[in-house]
Amino acid sequence: MSSRRSRSRPSSGSSRITDDQILDLVSKLQQLLPEIGNRRSDKVSAAKVLQDTCNCIRSLHREVDDLSERLSELLATTDTAQAAIIRNLLTQ
Amino acid sequence: MNPDHHSSLNPSSSLKSRFTKTFLRSLIKINKQRPFPYCPREIFQRCHRVKTAADKSLARAAGSRRVWSRAMLCKIRNRSLRRGCQQRPSVRRIIIGYQTTKKGYCLQKKMSDDQEVGTDQASKLRKLVPGGEAMDLCSLLDEAAHYIKCLNTQVQVMRRIADIHSS
Repeated sequence: MSSRRSRSRPSSGSSRITDDQILDLVSKLQQLLPEIGNRRSDKVSAAKVLQDTCNCIRSLHREVDDLSERLSELLATTDTAQAAIIRNLLTQ
Repeated sequence: MNPDHHSSLNPSSSLKSRFTKTFLRSLIKINKQRPFPYCPREIFQRCHRVKTAADKSLARAAGSRRVWSRAMLCKIRNRSLRRGCQQRPSVRRIIIGYQTTKKGYCLQKKMSDDQEVGTDQASKLRKLVPGGEAMDLCSLLDEAAHYIKCLNTQVQVMRRIADIHSS
């Protein structure tokens, strides 16, 4: 492990990535993801966490697309005044 | 956890309110422009406009301290510029491309030894997170976490607006 640490990028000395940092961030990501319920071992495969992250982002993108489609359909049938009322309600 | 430098005691709630305000304002603007879309092309355009407005308001609400929000705003601006003149976006693209190749090469060298994190997965994640191509692994993970948080907020708010409208 120490060999990896010493082999951090010599060209840009500004960011030296250590294994601990990566594990830290990976576990932080893991906490955010809703799907992962099992935390049997400390060293959950980082690749799995990355894969779940990608899936999560993709599904969120899909939801945003669906919601914007729905909103654009609703806009066509709604009054402008109503939107202003809703805005006041939501920002209170 | 690194708190934002913006003077906000509770970052998540003010992100939500900032996003809601900006998004609703742009929705009203879109509605004013063409109240009744007559043909499917216009419907598709409006849907695209709504989505762009949502992304733009999210990036603005997240603030310019984040790489992904800056990259997203850049992308949206380039897209709208492309409709006008062709010169500026290509210059930006060249600069970003240069940075990517430089950092990308160094990264590939490191990541081929790093067996903990799969290179495939990381490159997929880079494509999903805006501005992810030119980031090192640490920042990529950090930005991805924040991006997911903001996307959740966006979905929440949009769903609430849609529910209120449709009831």
